Amino acid sequence: KVGLERRRSSRTRRGDKYSVLLPTYNERENLPLIIWLLVKYFGDSGYDFEIIVIDDGSPDGTLQVAEQLQKIYGEDRILLRPRAKKLGLGTAYIHGIQHATGNFVIIMDADLSHHPKFIPRFIEKQKEGGYDLVSGTRYRGDGGVYGWDLRRKLISRGANFLTQVLLRPGASDLTGSFRLYKKEVLERLVERCVSKGYVFQMEMIVRARQLGYSVGEVPISFVDRVYGESKLGGNEIVSFVKGLLTLFATT
Amino acid sequence: MTKLLEWLLGVSFVGIAWGLVTFDLLDLQLPSVCKEVAWPIPVYLLVVFGCYSLATVGYRVATFNDCEDAAKELQAQIKEAKEDLKQKGLKM
Repeated sequence: KVGLERRRSSRTRRGDKYSVLLPTYNERENLPLIIWLLVKYFGDSGYDFEIIVIDDGSPDGTLQVAEQLQKIYGEDRILLRPRAKKLGLGTAYIHGIQHATGNFVIIMDADLSHHPKFIPRFIEKQKEGGYDLVSGTRYRGDGGVYGWDLRRKLISRGANFLTQVLLRPGASDLTGSFRLYKKEVLERLVERCVSKGYVFQMEMIVRARQLGYSVGEVPISFVDRVYGESKLGGNEIVSFVKGLLTLFATT
Repeated sequence: MTKLLEWLLGVSFVGIAWGLVTFDLLDLQLPSVCKEVAWPIPVYLLVVFGCYSLATVGYRVATFNDCEDAAKELQAQIKEAKEDLKQKGLKM
């Protein structure tokens, strides 16, 4: 096994353990890299962790790669909880939480747009304020994005502005999906959320506010390596606006 | 109360206040200056909001951080990771 043991004993006060949920679909190339980075940054910081890979029947062999990684890093660090086919993100979280042994859950993208180096900062922020959830933000502090053209930035900021005006959510980045939750908070929120896609992440924060949960923020950098292939199209924008208006009218 | 209801309440409140002053609905015999000033206020508010929105979004797009360093760092770490994983026996 790799040398993860060295600083673990000095850092696990109160027995906090962090379960990272990684829903994957066709991430054969990226999965080893994201796991390597997670192991590195958790190892360096000494926090106790596990990674739960939730593969939705990827045809490209993602699960086989995950199995190899499990042999390398150990079954107590890498848990495989695959599903037969591509189901929603909300159900992936529910499925993942059921097998999580940590008291905190971290959700993130598996395509390397979210960098594990921010996780220790999320953890420290959470400890600092006792937050129920900590959200990574691209819009404040030294947060930012790599790989977006002017059009994409305009849409992003415009949509965020509209969201701020309509929902006044008390968080700067609502569509982001790089977050740390207390496990019971994530459980309660996922139960109540009904939207899909971007709007699901927005609804999580809005419902968190409704239930009186505290939200902390950490600036993150989002490295988009996929944008060139999958441009943000009219359909996505329309469904975003529909979802936003629904949240506006129902929360 | 939903955000929609909050907005409707707020807009109604402002609308009623505006109507009362502009059309002197309570018969308060307000000086005509008051009415003349109050009358175009809704349009002014919309214009001000419009300008504020454009300026804010424009500013935020212009100052949107470009994370060049993060991208470079990621590229370097990807190389390092691939090497290390190969040594550990990963077949990609």
